[in-house]
Amino acid sequence: MELLQTIGIPAAILAGIGLLSAILLTLAAKLLAVHEDPTVTALTEALPQANCGACGFTGCADYARAVAEGKAAVNLCKPGGTETAARLAEITGTEAGAVTPEIAVLHCRGDCKSAKRKCDYQGIESCAGAKLHFGGGNSCAHGCIGLGDCVRACPNGAISLKNGLADIQPGKCVACGLCIPACPNHLIALRPTAKHFDVRCSSPSPGKTVRLVCSHGCIGCRLCERKCLSHAVKVVNNLAVIDYNKCTGCGVCRDHCPTGAIACCEDTN
Amino acid sequence: MTVFGIILSAILTDNFVLSKFMGCCPFLGVSKEIPSSLGMGAAVIFVMLCSTAITYPVYVLLLMPLGLEYLQTIAFILIIAVFVQLVEIAVRRLLPPLYRALGIYLPLITTNCAVLGVTILNVDLFAASDSFLGGYLRALLYAGCAGIGFTLALLLFAGVRSRLESADIPEAFRGVPSTLIAASIVSMSFLAFNGIG
Repeated sequence: MELLQTIGIPAAILAGIGLLSAILLTLAAKLLAVHEDPTVTALTEALPQANCGACGFTGCADYARAVAEGKAAVNLCKPGGTETAARLAEITGTEAGAVTPEIAVLHCRGDCKSAKRKCDYQGIESCAGAKLHFGGGNSCAHGCIGLGDCVRACPNGAISLKNGLADIQPGKCVACGLCIPACPNHLIALRPTAKHFDVRCSSPSPGKTVRLVCSHGCIGCRLCERKCLSHAVKVVNNLAVIDYNKCTGCGVCRDHCPTGAIACCEDTN
Repeated sequence: MTVFGIILSAILTDNFVLSKFMGCCPFLGVSKEIPSSLGMGAAVIFVMLCSTAITYPVYVLLLMPLGLEYLQTIAFILIIAVFVQLVEIAVRRLLPPLYRALGIYLPLITTNCAVLGVTILNVDLFAASDSFLGGYLRALLYAGCAGIGFTLALLLFAGVRSRLESADIPEAFRGVPSTLIAASIVSMSFLAFNGIG
């Protein structure tokens, strides 16, 4: 009888607390259930779940909510592309419109062979740090520092360092744009994938100065501007700029560039 | 213990993380950035306060009269786990902005040793006091201040870690080793408060 009491009372108390808790939790789950909008759930599932933020919202779930409330267009998802936009449009019952597929490109071609070094930088392994110390080891103040801040920013592992130059693999890049703010020299920009050609130099210095530090720099000779059939290339501040709204992707500019500053994605150094 | 003594000892001299080494997991896990450590700290203060508010009466009014003090650990774990779940469900429905701010931290501290530690310490320290209400209020104060001490430790350490990020550390010490060394130095600095208590 005494044994029953020593074991029975504690067991009863614990069981009582447990039962009470179970009842409370069940009641709470029933009464306070959150009713998720089924459209939001469907939209979230249709998105690629990259949570990259290229659409301008914090994560896929946030974007799905904005689309469901009609606050955002359905074609903002860069990684998902036209296919995802069509699926989102189907769920919400709106017109999709096309997504222009884009990729990130590095506007610098000065790797360790073509660009001269001015010193051996031995500080913190970060482009932002090197930028503070006289711009790092590269003698061109506007070129790729090559310490990989963009490599660390890329969520998809699309960027690697090749001969001291960031190398973006078009197949892996989803154009989320996270590498753009990571570059202290602002060398990375998005370009429509179909247009193929870009200016691989960001130096506004006069041609002579550029020639002294890099064999692949834009010297502002205006050959591309004259040869372009659709008047898409303009030289502004000693630097060629391609207007992708006019560019037809013919490649005449690349064929005439004397230094190779204008290149297409297949061009390697 | 006087009110001032409770505040001083809970926040500084007996700091839960740096002197008692409780709650080291969130201390190392959520101290990378100051905003997330603030969120975690707020969640810990809230959970410590509420779990003390429930477990103290259960101990004094239910377990003590029956002479079942030895049940405290298992009963407290059960109560705290259920309570945190309950709060999570309620906050999610009633205060969505708060849920978005604290939501991910709440399940993390469901059965955190700092939370269990504060409830057990509270009954050890105050259950023998003369009046129930006096002991109860002191226990609540102690729990709140323990949470504030936890947040303080987390914030201080987040500041240290954000500087470690940009430091040039030898390869072998990068990451966890340098973090642990920094934690030991911060906790040694808190030893200096021992003379006050």
